[in-house]
Amino acid sequence: MKAVLALADGRYFIGKALGAVGEVTGEVVFNTSLTGYQEILTDPSYHGEIVTMTYPQIGNYGINSEDVESCKPFLSGFVVKESCPVPSNFRSEMSLDEYLKMNNIVAIEGIDTRALVKHIRTRGAQVGIISSTDTDPQSLIEKAKQAPGLVGRDLVREVTCSEPYRFEEGVWSLEDGYAKLAENRPYKVVAYDFGIKRNILRNLNSAGCDVTVVPATTSAEEVLAMNPDGIFLSNGPGDPEPLHYAQDNIRKLLEKKIPVFGICLGHQLLSIALGGKTYKLKFGHRGGNQPVLDYARQQVEITSQNHGFAVDQTTLDNDKVKVTHMNLNDNTVEGVQHCSLPAFSVQYHPEASPGPHDAHYLFERFIEMIKKNKA
Amino acid sequence: MPKRHDLKKILIIGAGPIIIGQACEFDYSGTQACKALKEEGYEVVLLNSNPATIMTDPDFADRTYIEPVTPEVLAKIIEKERPCAVLPTLGGQTALNTAVAVAEAGVLDKFGVELIGAKLGPIKKAEDRTLFKQAMEKIGVAVPRSGLAHNHQEAMEIIEYIGFPAIIRPSFTLGGTGGGIAYNLEEYEQMALAGIDASPTDEILVEESVIGWKEYELEVMRDTADNVVIICSIENFDAMGVHTGDSITIAPAQTLTDKEYQLLRDAALKIIREIGVDTGGSNIQFGINPANGRMVVIEMNPRVSRSSALASKATGFPIAKIAAKLSVGYRLDEIQNDITRETLASFEPTIDYVVTKVPRFTFEKFPQADATLTTQMKSVGEAMAIGRTFKESLQKALRSLEIGSHGFESRIFSEPDGYDREISEAERDKISHSLRVPGWDRIWYIADAFRAGFSVEEVHNLCKVDPWFLSHIAQLVEIEKSLVAGKGKLIAKDATAEEFLREAKQFGFSDKRLALLWGMKEDAVRELRHELKVLPVYKRVDTCAAEFEAFTPYLYSTYESECEAEPTDKRKIMILGGGPNRIGQGIEFDYCCVHGAFSLSDSGFETIMVNCNPETVSTDYDTSDRLYFEPLTLEDVLSIVAVEKPEGVIVQYGGQTPLKLAVALEKAGVPIIGTSPDAIDRAEDRERFQALLNKLNLIQPDNGIARSFEEAEVIAERIGYPVVVRPSYVLGGRAMEIVYDVERLRNYMKFAVDASPEHPILIDKFLQHAIEVDVDALCDGKDVVIGGIMQHIEEAGIHSGDSACSLPPYSLPQEIIAEIRRQTIALALELQVVGLMNIQYAVKDGTIFLIEVNPRASRTVPFVSKATGRPLAQIAAKVMAGMSLSEQGIEGDIIPEYISVKEAVFPFVKFPGVDTLLGPEMKSTGEVMGIDYDFGKAFAKAQQGAGVKLPISGKIFVSVKDADKEEILESTRKLVKAGFTIVATGGTATYLNENGVAAERINKVKEGRPHCVDAIKSREIAMVFNTTLGAQSVTDSYSIRRSALMNEVAYFTTVAGIDAVTDGILAMLRENLDVKPLQEYHT
Repeated sequence: MKAVLALADGRYFIGKALGAVGEVTGEVVFNTSLTGYQEILTDPSYHGEIVTMTYPQIGNYGINSEDVESCKPFLSGFVVKESCPVPSNFRSEMSLDEYLKMNNIVAIEGIDTRALVKHIRTRGAQVGIISSTDTDPQSLIEKAKQAPGLVGRDLVREVTCSEPYRFEEGVWSLEDGYAKLAENRPYKVVAYDFGIKRNILRNLNSAGCDVTVVPATTSAEEVLAMNPDGIFLSNGPGDPEPLHYAQDNIRKLLEKKIPVFGICLGHQLLSIALGGKTYKLKFGHRGGNQPVLDYARQQVEITSQNHGFAVDQTTLDNDKVKVTHMNLNDNTVEGVQHCSLPAFSVQYHPEASPGPHDAHYLFERFIEMIKKNKA
Repeated sequence: MPKRHDLKKILIIGAGPIIIGQACEFDYSGTQACKALKEEGYEVVLLNSNPATIMTDPDFADRTYIEPVTPEVLAKIIEKERPCAVLPTLGGQTALNTAVAVAEAGVLDKFGVELIGAKLGPIKKAEDRTLFKQAMEKIGVAVPRSGLAHNHQEAMEIIEYIGFPAIIRPSFTLGGTGGGIAYNLEEYEQMALAGIDASPTDEILVEESVIGWKEYELEVMRDTADNVVIICSIENFDAMGVHTGDSITIAPAQTLTDKEYQLLRDAALKIIREIGVDTGGSNIQFGINPANGRMVVIEMNPRVSRSSALASKATGFPIAKIAAKLSVGYRLDEIQNDITRETLASFEPTIDYVVTKVPRFTFEKFPQADATLTTQMKSVGEAMAIGRTFKESLQKALRSLEIGSHGFESRIFSEPDGYDREISEAERDKISHSLRVPGWDRIWYIADAFRAGFSVEEVHNLCKVDPWFLSHIAQLVEIEKSLVAGKGKLIAKDATAEEFLREAKQFGFSDKRLALLWGMKEDAVRELRHELKVLPVYKRVDTCAAEFEAFTPYLYSTYESECEAEPTDKRKIMILGGGPNRIGQGIEFDYCCVHGAFSLSDSGFETIMVNCNPETVSTDYDTSDRLYFEPLTLEDVLSIVAVEKPEGVIVQYGGQTPLKLAVALEKAGVPIIGTSPDAIDRAEDRERFQALLNKLNLIQPDNGIARSFEEAEVIAERIGYPVVVRPSYVLGGRAMEIVYDVERLRNYMKFAVDASPEHPILIDKFLQHAIEVDVDALCDGKDVVIGGIMQHIEEAGIHSGDSACSLPPYSLPQEIIAEIRRQTIALALELQVVGLMNIQYAVKDGTIFLIEVNPRASRTVPFVSKATGRPLAQIAAKVMAGMSLSEQGIEGDIIPEYISVKEAVFPFVKFPGVDTLLGPEMKSTGEVMGIDYDFGKAFAKAQQGAGVKLPISGKIFVSVKDADKEEILESTRKLVKAGFTIVATGGTATYLNENGVAAERINKVKEGRPHCVDAIKSREIAMVFNTTLGAQSVTDSYSIRRSALMNEVAYFTTVAGIDAVTDGILAMLRENLDVKPLQEYHT
């Protein structure tokens, strides 16, 4: 079945339908990871986006019930060069196509994904549409032009949980799958769910945290009432600027000098709460090979990233906030720390999943901070 | 941390001659290292015995020692040069072992020399099986169950708890020499003992079999600040049990989830840190149990490897260059990524295509060898292909091999209409056997298995190849059927036809394969493609999957929508490379291609390289201005020409590969520059060649052309036995044989007609005891300059590529040399050669016979260039581009005062059961060069460079055929006088004693024990002289040569070789061999 991907600027690609039949719009972005498509599919941060995989063979190892970062796929659409109908892996339970259909995700395959990626790189990420119901490029281009972009939208409300919950899994191992957790974990952490990835929770759990996940709109007062040792600000989709409620809550929590750790959107929100501003990157960072320099250790870590917005270094008050990490590809801010308060955050994903584990030390850093604060 | 300023002078060790397991990838890495360190302002000293390398060009190092890569020589150079540091990690296992030996001998400490890249401790930790296993246990990385044995008893104890099948790996050997898989106790006992023997430390590792597990490799780099990155993951198509060098391999890994891949990555990081490799690249191999994902580490190479070269070409990340920079203190984040310019080397490349490497074998050269693929590497070369999908990549790789395959040709079914046939039981067995026992052609049988109705699961159970790969082949087989069935769609030449054709091309089908499936001519498919505008586009290899702009035009073809070739309108010349290495066509031709590119670039041309061999310098993205990593087939070359529109295409540098395309390319309107294809044909077509000789009044051995046995018999009778027989149009003496009688001729014809059905058989009079001479010359159509005249040491009849030779000639009379010059000039002018020409002569009793004229670059061009200091290939490239010799100021011969000897290096040790006798079919994989002012010394150096241990005292075993007895008298007499003792078999002993050379008699093998082979095996013999005549004698003496080979005893099988080595040994006894850099010889 024919499918078409059209961009708001008029470029279009004709390919074959994959996954569900239908029509979706979203911001078209690309991810350069060679592995980890299942984690990418289920990462809530991709909400509102049509994700193009630059690696051409996707679906090789199928889909399994373990490698999920949330309860379902959140992205709007999926673009691959060639999907694999006959996966091979001892953990595989179904093919990519079956999974996409089951979760009603509209996708396209068989297009020149490299041409698409080059287009996005030069023209910037933009709204696009995939359709297997309407295959008239001109009509689709018009629809893409009408569809909303990411800037200024609150996408977090669409992905956050409705009630507080606890998530009882530890980090994965080949032999045992997700670890069973110790009964008494010493550090009480409240995690704001802006679209949280489960591997963050697994890492916090395995590091000894007793985590309660709360909806994004939970007030600072409610959180404080839970008497946490530490507060975690999660990743999530879209633009941080319109999330005033979250920024306000973070400001209030900072005043209480409770250790705060933020990842990705959580990092952007913390930076805004500390007076900084964010801006939209031309086409973002999405992949598992982004080099980040940790100023403190003077070491380079290879990181997993997924963000379309970044913190503007020039807007940060140097007396209050220092930049701790920098992206070596484009010198953008990758991490900040408050000069006196126990609060830090990184733009990238130390929980990996998918991606390298180089930055795992940040979870230990958070625990150290909690311990020090408790003492 | 920026680069170190305390280091001024750095010694780089090269890999020596090309052998199986160590090919031109180490020229690629060494060349990059030399360039990188020179760029940084270091004084570079280089040791490498291989003259065919780019790295030994005098411009690449400040001081280039073309001397044997041995600890003794390295120690001498260190003493003389006093370098600050030695870099041992870019010259393969040879360089590493040589460095370890001098370090352990205390030489480095004595002269205050530092090992950079990897220190002695980490090298030993990575290479020593026990230390490695301990290290892995310490960091919690699993290894297969294993134990070490140093003798029979230990070997027997260990097997108790390891069980069968068991893998035997001798310590400190190259490419798994002496290793194997044992399935029962008898096999095990034999292999264990052979392995202990092969190991320089008398040690083997016996391991739990992980045969059938999935095999992966990771290329890892580390800098001084402990930053570690993975450059590339590679997944083997062939499961564990086949050496990775013999496996089809795919980059990146295809069938690992991210969680599983990260386990490998985490382990790799831990391993490189624990082993403690300071800086640079390492290669780590893993096995994964497909049933449950259990991962074990197999081994680690603490150096740049063959896979590093592959990973570099696969990703565009220049591992060796970066490794060299890291070794002098740079951090990864201080080095720019050349391709993107704006990003740094501290990242992990990501790719948006699939890379497939396929090994190339030459079992046809060694019919006695067991062609089963095992843990001991047997391939001699490889081709790599890039495609946007695995199917495309794989099919491109198959046709890149140049073995007459253009896709998945059936070996069972007639094509295209015989697929539906029921196969016979015998055919089913043949397929099953070919899947179960890995051979070089297994992948074609996999396709046939699917055609025969096997399921993916059945095929997997037989061959253990991952179902992911198998499914793709099964799909290709199905697609082929639908292509055959849908052929009618092409007729209308409408949009449906276009889509049908385009889809086929997207799956990687070659025009030739489609032509077969559709019953058309290849040309017709090409015309149809042009008519329907189904043309390839070119994408860039950019290290980053298009995330950043790529500034280097490193390109591959695919059938998609957007082309990134962006050809320029500069004056440009395209050079066609040599494809995968094979015996007869190796690094020498790549050397010429690279020189062509350098020289034309100097002259202001844009240079375009086309090649598919990942080991080479020519496929380095900064060798030429533009690189097309593509198969060297007519289809692929024409497509590139159509996009680039070069002013000229050079076909005479890449060996037979591009030469074979010349006529078709010219017919298609491609501007071939240099000698015209017509002139090439005049030299290669026997009848036209004869006319040419008659015209010039030159003599060739009596000969004739036979198209049947009857014709052959008549011709052979006419010219008289012995005769040399061979198929026309072959390189490397493929299927060439000396035939002594009509019975052998009959046998040969049976075999040879098979070898080359469309070509007749050439029959020449064999000139016994003639001296063979090779000449390389340059010609611009008006002037001729002799590049070098080489006298072969072995007599005519031994393939010129296998013969040692001397430049200048060491025993030819001046008038003969003058006449050879005259004839060469006459031939060059008559053929209107533009560029290079190589002529082989044989001199017998003062008469000069012309054996062969090749109006193209020859295997000896790099040797001659090193020996004379005149870069022949560079000059010739300029000639082809229109600059005459006189414009370039090239005139007169250069006849050096020193002697350069080239010696061939053979792969016999890798092929159990193969005889080491030389003949008209080329068998060597590589070459070395020895230079000195005296022939004997130069010859001795060449021998040492080739790994021959020349004795200066001890017992020489002599057994020669009757005709040679008189001729060896003088040499044996000299050796006895020099203190050697002689043992000889009956006839030889009697003859020697009768003629005043004392010789002790020893039993022939069939005369009872103890016999000569016992003496060789018990290391009583220091050197073997053995010549033979006739089939029986060859068989009888086989065990002598084989045991000499396996026990590393020097052996010589020709009278000329015996004389030369006598000179060499006497020279060594007179005084120590000295070392001297090429640059000093040249001034």
